[in-house]
Parts: sequence; C-alpha cells; structure tokens
Amino acid sequence: MKAITANRLTDGRVIYRTAQGQWSTRFQDAQPLDDYAAETVLAQAGRESGIAVGPYLIELGEHAPAGQKWRREGIRIDGPTSGTIRLIEPANHDRAA
Amino acid sequence: MYRYDEYDATLVRERIGEFRDQIERRLDGRLSEDEFKPLRLMNGVYLQLHAYMLRVAIPYGTLNSAQVRTLARIARHYDRGYGHFTTRTNIQFNWPALTDVPAILEELAAVEMHAIQTSGNCIRNTTADPYSGAAADEIEDGRPWAEIIRQWSSLHPEFTFLPRKFKIAVNGAAEDRAGLRVHDIGLQIVRDALGQTGFEVWVGGGQGRTPRLAVKTRDFLEPRDLLSYLTAVLRVYNQHGRRDNMYKARIKILVEALGAEAFIAEVEEEFEAIRDSELRLPDAEIARIRSFFGTPSIHNPAPLPEAGEPGFRHWLKRNRRAHRVDGLSSIVISLKPIGGTPGDATDEQLDIIADLTARYGLDEIRVTPEQNLLLPHVHNEDLHPLWLALKSAGLATPNAGLATDIVSCPGMDYCSLATARSIPIAQAIAKRLEVAGLSEAAGDVTIKVDGCINACGHHHVANIGVLGLDKRGEEYYQITLGGAFGKDAAIGGIVGKGLAGDDVPDAIARILETYLQLRRGSETFIDTLRRTGADAFKEAIYVAQ
Ligand code: SF4
Repeated sequence: MKAITANRLTDGRVIYRTAQGQWSTRFQDAQPLDDYAAETVLAQAGRESGIAVGPYLIELGEHAPAGQKWRREGIRIDGPTSGTIRLIEPANHDRAA
Repeated sequence: MYRYDEYDATLVRERIGEFRDQIERRLDGRLSEDEFKPLRLMNGVYLQLHAYMLRVAIPYGTLNSAQVRTLARIARHYDRGYGHFTTRTNIQFNWPALTDVPAILEELAAVEMHAIQTSGNCIRNTTADPYSGAAADEIEDGRPWAEIIRQWSSLHPEFTFLPRKFKIAVNGAAEDRAGLRVHDIGLQIVRDALGQTGFEVWVGGGQGRTPRLAVKTRDFLEPRDLLSYLTAVLRVYNQHGRRDNMYKARIKILVEALGAEAFIAEVEEEFEAIRDSELRLPDAEIARIRSFFGTPSIHNPAPLPEAGEPGFRHWLKRNRRAHRVDGLSSIVISLKPIGGTPGDATDEQLDIIADLTARYGLDEIRVTPEQNLLLPHVHNEDLHPLWLALKSAGLATPNAGLATDIVSCPGMDYCSLATARSIPIAQAIAKRLEVAGLSEAAGDVTIKVDGCINACGHHHVANIGVLGLDKRGEEYYQITLGGAFGKDAAIGGIVGKGLAGDDVPDAIARILETYLQLRRGSETFIDTLRRTGADAFKEAIYVAQ
C-alpha cells in the first residue's frame, strides 16, 4: 500500500493526502492506496497547485522499505531526532499545524 | 562596521517588494512551483524536510548587537526558538512559514541584513578570517576587501547565472583561518619586497563530491586590480564552465580540465584586456571602505586577570585568543555544549549575546567557520564578568578547538539532500569523548561531520572527518583522516570501510587514545598523524569489527 505526502505551500509543513481528497498534517490521516489508485490520486494531487508542493508516493506497512528511505519519512513524521534545544511550545505547535 | 548607503538600502527594499509580489503570485496560483523555485532560492528560501529554511547572509561573518537582537526576535516569532550558524558564517532558520518571509526580510532590512544570494548559482557571501582587525598575526584587515567584493558581486548582472555557485574568501593574517584553499577563489593578503600589500590568489578549490585544493594563480595582485582580476576569473569560468552536468560545473573541475597553466593563461589574457577599465578601484574608494573598519585602540591596557575560579582560568586558556592590541582579548563563544546541536543558539541566548556584544564587545561579534561566535575585542578587565554572564546562559563551554568543538551540517534531521543523519552522531561523539576525558587530553584536533557528500560541514578538511552515507537502506559512516583547513590544507583520506552510527563514537575515542600513545613531545594530533601515517590508526578504528 502507498500514501501520498507533500509539503504545504504556505509554511512547508509535512502533509498527507486524506481519503476526502484533503491534506492533513497527521500521518494517521493518510489514505492508504493500492498501486493503481495511488498513481491516479497522485496525478490528481499534482494538478492542484494551491496547497501541496511536490507530492510523491511513500510505501506503507509491510512494503515500507526498512532503512533509509523510510528513515527519512520517519523523520518527516516525528521531527528531528537530534532534539531541539528548546521545547516546542504548544503555541508554536498550533501554528505549525 | 560597514553601514548601508542609500543605494544599498534601496536595493534591499526593492528586492523585498519584488519577492513579496512573487510569493503572492505563487500563493494565488499565478506562479507554478517550477517557476517560483528559482525565485525563492535567489532569496535564500529552501524547502527542506519539515519546512522552509531561510538562510540569512552575514557578510564576512560580522554582526552588531542590533543585528543579533533581530536574529533573536526572528527565532522567537517566526521560528521555533533557535537559529543555526553555518560553516560559511551565515545563519539558517529551520521553520519559517513562506507567508512570513516578507515580514522577516523587513525585520532584517531594518538592521541592514538580507538573504540575497545565499543560494543559487551566483557569487555567495564572501567570508573572511573571523579574527580580522584583531589577530595578532594580521598583515592587513581583510574585511574592507570582502566588503568591496560584496558590493561588486551583489546582483551582478553578468554573474547571476553562473554554471554553479561561487564562493570567495579573504584572509589577511599569516595563518589561514578562512580556508582559502577550499574556496573557488581564495585571496591571501601578502606584502611584496617593498612592503606594499596585495593579494596572492588561489583558484579552483572546493569540497563536495570532488574535493580539490586550489592552485595559486598569482603571487601578487595589486589591490586596485582586484575587481578586474576577479572579473577575468569569473568570465573564463562563465564561458568554459560546464552547464551540462551539475557535478562537473564548479570551477575546480574547469581548472583541472584545462590544466592550471592554460587556465591561468586564459585569465591573464582577459585580465590584461580589462585591467585599465572602470573596474580599476580608485584609491579614494578603497580609503572610503577602509574607513568603516578598524582596530580599537585603548589608553590604559589592563593585564590578563591572574586570579579567578578554576572554571574561569580554564575557559580563558581554551577560549581566549591573543589580540594585536595590548589590553584586549578575543573570546570564542562556544556553540558546542556537550550533547547540543553544533552551531545552534536559542532566542534567549541570542538576546544575551546581543547584550554582551554591546556591553563588553565594542558592539561587534563574528561568526566563525567552526560554527562558533567570536567577540573580537574584549577589554581584559571585562573578561571575568563576561565569563560569568556566558556561563549562566550555557555559553561558556571551554572547548574551543578541542575534539568536542565538533562541526556538523544539519544532515537528515533537516536537509532534503542528506543520505544520513549527522547531528546525532556529532552529539554522541562529543558525549563519549567528554565522559572519557579525551577532549581535554587530546588538545587541538578538528572533527567535522557531514550528512552527505556535499560536505557543507567540511569533513574533507577535518583532521577526523565523518561522512554519513546510505548503504542498502542503512545509515553508515565513512571516517577520513588527515584533512586540514588552513595554510597546510589537505583533503582527508578514507581509512577503510564504513561504520554503523553506533560504532562511530567509540572508533573516534580509540583514534584519540592511539594518538595519545603515539605522540612525541608537544605534537598535536595532526602532527602525529602526518608523522606516522593513517595506517597507524586503522587498527584502532576497526579493532572491534
Ligand atoms: S552536507 Fe549534505 S546533508 Fe549536510 S547540509 Fe549539506 S547537503 Fe545537507
């Protein structure tokens, strides 16, 4: 299975394509798609230029590559693994969402 | 410090207006991403893994307190409370919204800063020895020349679309602290037999995929001919540099392909043709730019403090550098707390640094290629109160130049080009070495970590380099030994097969332990390595493999 991810045009935040054809900052909201549907929805997402920048497919579940490719996506989901030097305040977090 | 004139101020404001309009057109769909991307890059805006990144230019790494305060405010209001200083002495913000960028640029313009030419295939921020105007070994201050280059290269119509990016550095001291040999053009200020200063010119250095040391193209260039000569070099590059292959597009590849002799001949021919043109620098203009820079003089020089807490004495020993003026000292503010992110400073820290710059630093602070800050001019009697203030802000780590003073690029935690993470490796190395007491015991040594072969963290020219790569989906790290950044610049050699990230800190600890066993007398790490060769360290690296 696959999902579609991109960066949000206004602020660059990581977003995922939902089943409703919207975009969400939550990975859990990503719509799982089979290979054929994934290509179709990706092509559709690519034609809508107002919200998402550079949409692309990521592998999900058992098909997700174990190492680096998924590590990059893991970092995109959870944020930097290096820790920030100040805790992210809820206010800023809201602003990001 | 240089102050903007009407021309500079107008240029920056017009550019903000232009970019604001381009952002609006992108947001309402009149510009596609393909059309917008080159425009945002020319204004320092990248799109990284989690957000946009804004790179702000810090000309030759010099800031005043008002500018640092503005950086603090940007970190607080538009980012997540921190900024990241880079090896090219700029600052990057990792989380700004595109919609906020025009407001950020307005804030920057109010303190004479901008993000123009911090990306793209143009002449980037010109760097200089961070100790300019303060170094005890200075021949001449390099900053006026860096400023002249900044003015000439800003929005230069002929050099805005070069085959690739182009980096120039100026060094005015006997020791090379600007890394001239690994720049596209390195300018070393020298004296001729009559005592006149001019430039020794180095061209074609660079790091990345194909690291090369620059070749000397001129023993002596008259200062007034600087812009004619730079123009000649850039014209030859612009004409012959490869645009068909981005991996072969830097000037280092051209110099190598033509051969140094043929390259120099082409440059000299062009130089002769334009030498006496309007590019010749008038003496009055050189004097005008020089008048913005200087070395402070003091009347009653105080001696270095003799007494004080052991922590203060230790910090003085590690983080103080001799100043050319009696009674003054230069102080490195380490941005390498053990386990922290190299080069990061919080908004609160930046505010404190701004206050200390105004209070104790004659309103001047520098960013160093080691991702630290430097107060170039501190009165000796202010050293103790300065230390107390830095200590309470977590900014008095006494490790300047030590193994825990690690340089690291952002790597895969932020950068979309990365093949592996770099910051967590740097953090783990620093912790491991500190716990074992090896940082202090090993003395001066440079360790630099990169998250891909682009080498923004300069691992090629580190005594111990660490390069993060990806092998069949797993992070692994290649160790290089023997690199150096200064007059004795060298590209480090790969010692053997790569290591898993978890094994890197122990391997580096064993390298330093081996050095401590092998060193003779007062040899530094690099001295010992050069004497013994890298093979003497190989076994230590792979002992547990
Ligand atoms: S070296 Fe590579 S990973 Fe590190 S900042 Fe540069 S491009 Fe990104």
